[in-house]
Amino acid sequence: MFDGLPPDIWQPIFLTVELAAITTVLMIVAGTPIAWWLARSKAWWKEGVAAVVAMPLVLPPTVLGFYLLVALGPSGPGGVLAGLWGARTLAFTFEGLVIGSVVFSLPFVVQPIRNAFEAMGDRPLEVAATLRASPRRAFWTVAVPLARPGFLTGAVLGFAHTVGEFGVVLMIGGNIPGETKVLSVAIYDYVETSRWYEANILAGGMVVFAFVVILTMTLIEKRARRAGE
Amino acid sequence: MSGTSGTIRAMFRGMLGRFRLDVSFEVPATGVTGLSGPSGCGKTSVLRGMAGLLRLEEGFVAVNGDIWQEGPLFRPTHKRPLGYVFQEASLFPHLSVRNNLLYGAPHRQPPQGQGVIGFDEVVDLLGLGRLMERAPLNLSGGERQRVAMGRALLSQPKLLLMDEPLSALDRQTKDEILPFLEKLHDSLSLPILYVSHDMSEVERLADHLVLLEAGRVRASGPLNALQSDPALPLAATRDASVSLDAVLEDYDASYGLAYLSIDGGRFIVPSPPAPKGARRRLRIAAGDVSLALEPPKSSTILNILPMRIAAASMLGENEVLAALSLEQGTPATRLLARVTRRSWEQLGLAQGMRIYAQIKSVALAHRTQ
Repeated sequence: MFDGLPPDIWQPIFLTVELAAITTVLMIVAGTPIAWWLARSKAWWKEGVAAVVAMPLVLPPTVLGFYLLVALGPSGPGGVLAGLWGARTLAFTFEGLVIGSVVFSLPFVVQPIRNAFEAMGDRPLEVAATLRASPRRAFWTVAVPLARPGFLTGAVLGFAHTVGEFGVVLMIGGNIPGETKVLSVAIYDYVETSRWYEANILAGGMVVFAFVVILTMTLIEKRARRAGE
Repeated sequence: MSGTSGTIRAMFRGMLGRFRLDVSFEVPATGVTGLSGPSGCGKTSVLRGMAGLLRLEEGFVAVNGDIWQEGPLFRPTHKRPLGYVFQEASLFPHLSVRNNLLYGAPHRQPPQGQGVIGFDEVVDLLGLGRLMERAPLNLSGGERQRVAMGRALLSQPKLLLMDEPLSALDRQTKDEILPFLEKLHDSLSLPILYVSHDMSEVERLADHLVLLEAGRVRASGPLNALQSDPALPLAATRDASVSLDAVLEDYDASYGLAYLSIDGGRFIVPSPPAPKGARRRLRIAAGDVSLALEPPKSSTILNILPMRIAAASMLGENEVLAALSLEQGTPATRLLARVTRRSWEQLGLAQGMRIYAQIKSVALAHRTQ
């Protein structure tokens, strides 16, 4: 049934999946310590940090994209970083897109993990400590397994949100096929060039994808609630 | 303060919000020590302090000469060789019963020998055999608490801390678990600090008692001594009683009576058959003891002991509470008697007098060996 599809429709799909997968892994790695600290710390200024992490939820993507563009560009820290391998800038590159996506979608990963750590309370960690478990062992053998639904929710949300981003991508990635031309940009492109058939296929695919994501999340939460009883 | 072998010493001083905790006690590092008092008196805070789960401005903890906390020295919880049983079992829901039990067990099996608590021993003691592969979710409240106790024991503690382990359970489940606790007390040499506001648990389990009141230690000493001190609130309650540890001397099968001896006295108690040498804990309520000046010649009362009135105090307007000590044997063993002021005055009773204590009933707190 895919015989009638133009070959260039696959490239943005693969690129999007690659971007979302890498971004999700990085967000879990970076988001877990942040979520842990936000859940456990008693510092009075932690909600300030939480607000900074959550800001992309409220900021218009173009505003975030603008600042990211400045940061990734030749005169920003991104340019310095790119200089390490002889490039001039991280803007309009796949790497730059990964960095931008991590910043943009991080709140969707941090929030559920933080909630899961908070819902667990102090008790399981206290029990682990009275059983001679070091804080490190208690984290890996008790906190992480108990927060598993939070990790799953965070990963699914982070992945889905990265797949759907548009404004930030347009600002810092542009529209370079195979490098920064992801799904949402491709749909926009097809519509611009009046290729409604292809736009329809991609858009329809996203609808199915969104349905699967929501259903998965609901099932994860339902299972978690049952396990918690 | 320093750590002395054979004792558990603790001191905590500081504010918990607006509550001031200022306690210091020393108890033997053997048997069960009850930590009791009205709710909000700081029992749980003391236990958490001992475990290092709570740090107050000033603190000192030494167990059998091993200092856990002193001044700036503060060993974190996971480096203190203790077991802790919380009010709620708090099992790890993602682990099976077996893996819960093994969570705190040393990875390298310690050499079997004295003081090592074996896996099979714990499973047997707490009756956990059938539960091994089950998930904590599918256990009853009593089963969960038993697993929690087993888990704490298998971490090879030098001190077991129990924070009201039965208070979240219904009456029937309590009665199901108490025998396990008694077995624990009798078969392991592990010292236990047992927090409870329920005197009936303390009476059955404790050898020693620390009474707390509003963040301070009101009294500390052997259970019997504190129970029978008229100056303490325990003796003034309606169901005041004393506990005595006795050894079965003889059993009269034709009448179903056990002859149980304590230092300086002997009791005859209806009992199911039991072998000689069996240990039993007796409970004698103050309201079941009456006083006579001469030994009654014929009476249906089996237990009549010559005693001396060691102390007495008024109980309200019209009742007198007397602490009695045995004429022979250790004078420390005491009973309580609650009599009317009318009888007290008519018999001309006073402190120091010799009397005969008639004990209408002696309850057996069933104690396995």
